[in-house]
Amino acid sequence: MLTFIARRLLLALPVLLGVVFVVMLTIDLLPGDAVSLMLGEHATPEAVARLRDHLGLDKPFLVRYLDYIGRVLGGDLGRSIQQNRPVAAELADAWPATLELTAAALLIAAGLGILAGVASAVWPNSLFDALARLGSLFGLSMPIFWTGLVLIVVFSLWLNWLPVGGAGSLRHLVLPAVTLALPSVAMIARMTRSAVLDVLREDYVRTARAKGVGEAWVLGRHALRNAFIPILTLIGLQSGQLMGGAVLTETVFAWPGLGRLMVKAIFARDYILLQGAVLVFALAFVVINLLVDLAYGLLDPRVGRQG
Amino acid sequence: MNAWARFRHNRLALIGLGLVVVLGLSAALAPWLAPHDPARQSLIEKRAKPGGKFLLGADEFGRDILSRVIYGSRVALLVGLLSAAIAVVGGLLLGTFAGYAGGWLDAVLMRAIEILLAFPYLLLALAIVAMLGPGALNTTIAVGIWGVPAVTRIVRGSVLALRETEYVGAARALGAPAPALLRRHILPNVLPGLIVYATLFMANAILLEAALSFLGLGVQPPTASWGLMVSTGRDVLLVAPHVATVPGVAIMVAVLAFNLVGDGLRDALDPRLRGAG
Repeated sequence: MLTFIARRLLLALPVLLGVVFVVMLTIDLLPGDAVSLMLGEHATPEAVARLRDHLGLDKPFLVRYLDYIGRVLGGDLGRSIQQNRPVAAELADAWPATLELTAAALLIAAGLGILAGVASAVWPNSLFDALARLGSLFGLSMPIFWTGLVLIVVFSLWLNWLPVGGAGSLRHLVLPAVTLALPSVAMIARMTRSAVLDVLREDYVRTARAKGVGEAWVLGRHALRNAFIPILTLIGLQSGQLMGGAVLTETVFAWPGLGRLMVKAIFARDYILLQGAVLVFALAFVVINLLVDLAYGLLDPRVGRQG
Repeated sequence: MNAWARFRHNRLALIGLGLVVVLGLSAALAPWLAPHDPARQSLIEKRAKPGGKFLLGADEFGRDILSRVIYGSRVALLVGLLSAAIAVVGGLLLGTFAGYAGGWLDAVLMRAIEILLAFPYLLLALAIVAMLGPGALNTTIAVGIWGVPAVTRIVRGSVLALRETEYVGAARALGAPAPALLRRHILPNVLPGLIVYATLFMANAILLEAALSFLGLGVQPPTASWGLMVSTGRDVLLVAPHVATVPGVAIMVAVLAFNLVGDGLRDALDPRLRGAG
């Protein structure tokens, strides 16, 4: 198991290095002079020179790349031009909010999705199944930013139950988390339904039933446990999509997280901040995939032993 | 049973097809269908409620929302189709290249593709748009690039499988040049898979264009884009909720339509996958 973890960690490294490389290259390829783009038309020559020096633009690309990696390892992500603060501090302020939002959404998505999917599989072609499948079709087709606005209209404007936006309390979290979760609920429900249906057709399930094992035990012990591997894969993939969706959800609900920070950085042409935000997203992405891989190892004894 | 017969018996797929036809017609016939000029402002009628002169109400500038939704189908379909073309052509080239080259080139390319495939798509598109700048054309490019990795993988898989078949081996032995091989043997084999993928891709492309435009990084005003309309409506959400919510229904219907057709095509063209997913 330890070698398995070590190998996964080693595989994650090139991904992160690659992301930094691509992001830096993109900034390098920006049409025109990156510095005057970032500072705008009215920048003083001194400011331009200072930023040019800060970015090390007179050095060759590879040197800058290695420099940046060295500084990142030391915790220095550069200074945000817009906020005139260290990028690391900006990111440190923003990431807990995004983590809170995506974690809540993931919990809702996994909980509701698995529950609905299992119910659909246990009673296939029932009224519930039909409604759940129709619901997931719509869930996959609704633009997330629009869902958010509709929920605001219903729950904040008409019913006056929940706040319109902002963060700070559990009540603030409900609408953004549900909004972000909905497409994933649909995906997970679909996947769970077909995975459980597949397992329920297996010989060992028939054997278990034949020897008189209770239906609840068959479901819990045999079906769910075996159906869980594909479901888990999907949940891992979904957490990546949740990070993307967080950009939209945070914008709709004025949620002070990384996604909103990233959009602000793009509008402000604050490429140093953008670079840092992308790096944090990539890191989160790598960590989630690592956790999913580890969960495989725990759930499926075959994984990890083969090396 | 042939593919069309199977498709015809799928009620949901037929509904989807009907909706796609409606979308196509509204895009093609927008100037005749729209009851008002989509750009005409009328400040005394701003935020007019649905009903009366404006069937679906008017927006912040007093522009007819129904007319703008009709014209918006042009942007959605155009961005969707062009980006699908970019994805298919790019994927065909890269996939064929990787499949034929083999060795370390193939290995490196496929690893990169795997990473791109797993990366959150909105973040990828955001990064590309951040680099290229906002606008309809750049949005199309960003959405198209996002689709390239998946097509590459489909095509490479087929190339690898077909390369080993006897008839492709025979064609090569006879000295058939690579482009001819691609056109005559590889392409017909990957085509069904590509058609299914491209249809489902359209759904996601429309969703992605709307998302980028909603963030202000996609199609720019005053063009009537559904995502952009939701975004402008957001500012008056609490006073006039219809301005933001009505165009969103159009997005949902369009995405649903392509999803239904794509699912139906998959079931029809590849019966083995029936009921999967």
